[in-house]
Amino acid sequence: MTYGKGLPGLAAATCLTLTTGFLLVAFYAPTDVDQGLIQKIFYLHVPLAIVTLGGFILGGILAIAYLRTGERVWDVRSYVAIHLSLVLGVAVLLTGAIWAKASWGVWWEWKEPTLVSFLIVFLLYATYQPLRFSIDDPERQSRYAAVFAITAGAFVPLNFLAVRLAEPLIHPRVFGAADSGMEGPMWLTFFVCLAGMTLLFMALWKYEMTSKNAAQQLRALRRRLADEAEARERRSAAPATTTS
Amino acid sequence: MRAVGALLRKDLRAELRTGETVPAMCLFAVTTFVIFHFALDREAIDGDLASGVMWVTILFAAILGINRLFVAEREQGGFDGFLLAPVDRTAMLVAKAIALFLFLAALQVVAVPAFAVLLLEPSPFGSLHELVLVLVLGDVGLAIIGTLASALAVQTRARDLIVPIVSLPLLVPLVIAATEATSPLWAAGGAGDVPFKWLAVLGLYDLTFGLIAYAVFDFLLED
Amino acid sequence: MPAQELSEAGKYLAAAYGVFVALLLIYFSIMALKLSRMERQLTELNELAERGRDGETADDALEKERV
Repeated sequence: MTYGKGLPGLAAATCLTLTTGFLLVAFYAPTDVDQGLIQKIFYLHVPLAIVTLGGFILGGILAIAYLRTGERVWDVRSYVAIHLSLVLGVAVLLTGAIWAKASWGVWWEWKEPTLVSFLIVFLLYATYQPLRFSIDDPERQSRYAAVFAITAGAFVPLNFLAVRLAEPLIHPRVFGAADSGMEGPMWLTFFVCLAGMTLLFMALWKYEMTSKNAAQQLRALRRRLADEAEARERRSAAPATTTS
Repeated sequence: MRAVGALLRKDLRAELRTGETVPAMCLFAVTTFVIFHFALDREAIDGDLASGVMWVTILFAAILGINRLFVAEREQGGFDGFLLAPVDRTAMLVAKAIALFLFLAALQVVAVPAFAVLLLEPSPFGSLHELVLVLVLGDVGLAIIGTLASALAVQTRARDLIVPIVSLPLLVPLVIAATEATSPLWAAGGAGDVPFKWLAVLGLYDLTFGLIAYAVFDFLLED
Repeated sequence: MPAQELSEAGKYLAAAYGVFVALLLIYFSIMALKLSRMERQLTELNELAERGRDGETADDALEKERV
């Protein structure tokens, strides 16, 4: 299976959508009455967070496919999704901290349930790679990683529920409240950015899969050529082949 | 079902004979309470703080037990023997989880009174049956996640390290719910009622991870 | 027109988007590394295939490589 096939188109679509989104943020989205200019981090931070969490859950779903079919390719797909989400997760935490500092003057805020839940999820998935690489047998490694990905994927929604119940709300509660302060143009900008981030995740995922696939094909090719060279040597079976 | 019983009996008998895990867990818990006394510089604590201190101590003592849960199987070939037997593989999950639950219950029989004596200001018997309910629900969750994490970690090279870093984040919702549920019981003014929503969260947590563990455990045992 | 000033809030906003850009560029560099490594390996393999066609043995190929 080749992964590079749709990649240029996907990358172009990502570029277009995300650029449009950021231009909308800069020139179209109105400045928030309460929070001011800093509210515009919302269009970067929240789509990233949504895509990251979606990526983690996707990793779990791909892991189910691996356990069902036993084909290693699903495990690679799952690994890439989780690895990518982890990297994006770093950006979510950093942009979240910047937003917190600008809005409330502190780099971290425990009363903020969404940020805290996200940190816990991040800490959990940060153990994914140490776990994988401490298992030597490749088939077992894939299986155990799949079990982890499924358990952790189910954990994500449960964790958000529990933390939200525990902490009082000071995070701008945008999606639930009736009076969230979001107007039409803000929603449009948000959805364009969300679409852009989703496309970015897909493009990066494809990019990574293409690279891994190519590296694997390369390894297989090298093995084949080495085997052929060895076979040739045995065929020639010349008595005195000096090796100095 | 019979397989579960047989496995469970084996583990309980091993523990009763050698007494490795539970006494160590209890000792660890009591020592930790002493350390908390000095670390917090308090004679007595109540409410939120008491609830948190007790559950954190139980959590870390549980990690000790979880680390050792599958060690015997790993070192003495118990896994291979079990795989050869014509039984449902999930029997091992159930047996180990029940064993861990019992170890935790034994731990709490010692640790909670110790906590009451050493650090707790209000009477722990304010609402004993509610406390027991919270402990039981918490132990079920600890047992499920602990068994899963232990099975995951036992085949890795860094077993003792993997168990805590994998299980602690997974246990955060449980700790949140358990501490929130216990703190009104130890309120300074007099025991209040446990808010139902936290019992519901504990129940949901136990159910969700019980189902997931049941679904994925087979894959951990395959050769 | 005089140069525009960046307000306090603007600085934080720029920092946040800057983090995002930095992340993408770091990813770009890592992929560049992988690509150059792949190119090197492909060149090696091509040479190996060439020698195969010329009927050299593995020994001779290794000799050449060690030199």
